[in-house]
Amino acid sequence: MNKGLFLMALVGGLMLSGCAELAKMAGQSTAAPIEERTDAAAATGQDGAAKAAAAAATGRDGAGLAAQTPPAPQVETHALPGISAQGKALDGVNPMLATTAKAAADPRLKDPAHTLSKRVIYFDFDSSAIREEYRELIETHAAFIKANKGLQVILQGHTDERGSRDYNLALGQRRAESVRQAMALLGVPDEQMEAVSLGEEKPVQEGHDEAAWQQNRRTEIHYQGE
Amino acid sequence: MNSIIWRLFWLVLGLSGGLAASAEATMTIEIIGGAAHRIPVAIAPFVAVGDKLSDPAEVVQADLQRSGLFNLIAPNGLGQPGEAQPVAHAKWRARGADALVVGQVKSLADGRLDIRFRLYDVVRQLPLAGYSYVVPPAHARAVAHKIADLVHEKLTGEAGTFSGRIAYILKRNGWYELQVADADGENAFIVTRSPEPLISPVWSPDGGRLAYVSFERKKPVVYVQSLADGRRKAVANFRGSNYSPAWSPDGRKLAVALSKDDISLIYLIDAGGGDAVRLSQGNALDTEPVFSADGKWIYFTSDRGGSPQIYRMNTAGSEVRRVTYDGAYNVSPALSADGKYLAFIHRDGGSFRVAAMELATGQTQVLSDTHFDESPSFAANGRTILYATLVKGRGVLATVSVNGRVKQRLSLSGDLREPSWAP
Repeated sequence: MNKGLFLMALVGGLMLSGCAELAKMAGQSTAAPIEERTDAAAATGQDGAAKAAAAAATGRDGAGLAAQTPPAPQVETHALPGISAQGKALDGVNPMLATTAKAAADPRLKDPAHTLSKRVIYFDFDSSAIREEYRELIETHAAFIKANKGLQVILQGHTDERGSRDYNLALGQRRAESVRQAMALLGVPDEQMEAVSLGEEKPVQEGHDEAAWQQNRRTEIHYQGE
Repeated sequence: MNSIIWRLFWLVLGLSGGLAASAEATMTIEIIGGAAHRIPVAIAPFVAVGDKLSDPAEVVQADLQRSGLFNLIAPNGLGQPGEAQPVAHAKWRARGADALVVGQVKSLADGRLDIRFRLYDVVRQLPLAGYSYVVPPAHARAVAHKIADLVHEKLTGEAGTFSGRIAYILKRNGWYELQVADADGENAFIVTRSPEPLISPVWSPDGGRLAYVSFERKKPVVYVQSLADGRRKAVANFRGSNYSPAWSPDGRKLAVALSKDDISLIYLIDAGGGDAVRLSQGNALDTEPVFSADGKWIYFTSDRGGSPQIYRMNTAGSEVRRVTYDGAYNVSPALSADGKYLAFIHRDGGSFRVAAMELATGQTQVLSDTHFDESPSFAANGRTILYATLVKGRGVLATVSVNGRVKQRLSLSGDLREPSWAP
């Protein structure tokens, strides 16, 4: 790693260092001396490292993620060409994700006739207030979680596509928190819940109108191990 | 990957008139087209000494053309003057050129190339610049961009951005690709590829690392990845959501938005990971932090005033001050490296547009005429803003100069988003 950076810096420095020799070569009567550009090396050295990486040779070294529970999707990372290195990205395992609960196999969770199979709470525009119609849904899930101490629930907040992605992550978080707080008031322990946001990144409807947007402003209830 | 073809649409609008609205007047001036004065410059083909040498003049010419600030005079019939020979100023002047670039590319015995050029003012008959670069052939294109930057700087007074690089996310075929490319879209490489969303790539100040957000764990987690070897680490993976990374100017810290204490607030972490120190307080949501170049301030988005607006605080989380007032939705702050300008996304009716504020005066101008703009990012010269927008339902990248005069658009097959200009 340090070696790689050093090499890049070296290449970058070599690559774009200005040469004052031209001044001596200029033989014209009108020729003013070529400007000494003392900032050239410094200025280019900064982007030199990155530039060298882009401009140089071929060959990519893939590096997969370490195996995780549950299995992580196949994320690949690549070194920029020109730098020889192989690496595996190593990450700690999210302790919550490492826990699987038998309760997640409860058939009622998949039974369309049972409220436990209903997992989505929709929200009004620019709102994280839970509408009255979702009271039974939330109470049913809260009772289920309290009855299964090993169970972990993930509350996933979502927004429609309009506006900043990062701001939408914050808004989605607020929607997830709103459901988490409702469940906490019903006695669900904090340790069994995690509220997260996927912002506008996972729409259920891809359209660009209100019909699609209202389907996308939601919090989804997921159980670990399902 | 290498075969990706960028289509560039140049929408060059020349403008008269400058910043017109102050924050007090709560008025923003939208740009309407007009005629531009473009500097007439000729780029003579470089003399090639050796076989199979590509001509840097072509890249220089394309760069300058793309900037919208130059009128490229065809050198047809005026020969190919070497960089060391006297220049027939009058002939080039008669062709309409104010400036001329001549050069040479030569194969050296050790396989490297010696690329040299001179820039002349043919009106005053004066040399303005001249450099030589000895580089491996693979770097010839980078040298050509450097030459274009110098020509731009000498003729306009402001540094060019042609040798810069950009990172962005390309969504195609159900995959999310974090790519790094030259500013002209060439030399694009995938540095991370995932079936789950990737967003918010930001360059470390030394250009050697990218911080970004990945959803591969079914929630947003902040990673830092080395470009040299592709290694990466989850640096913010707290309970809840982790997002909006921003580098401190010394490259040692990241400001991030975390929901570990229930609501989205801004925290400081080491770039290598570790504990998070909370900076912002309260019950409103705070996100999108970005450091000022001097490292003294963090600008961020908050809805503490009832609508999302841009605020700033010091790096201890105090001295909070509201920065934007005009309109009910101002988000995604970006700062120019010289600290003079703040770019952000301003909602104007149903449209989300790039706006820029001159921080010293508070004068604000809406710069873009597109409707779904996101993620503004400044080029190193502090005068060009790169952002993402939608054209016909598809994500493209676009640039606009901070005075609104020059606009360009970059698209490729697939959805482009979340651009970030390298420092």
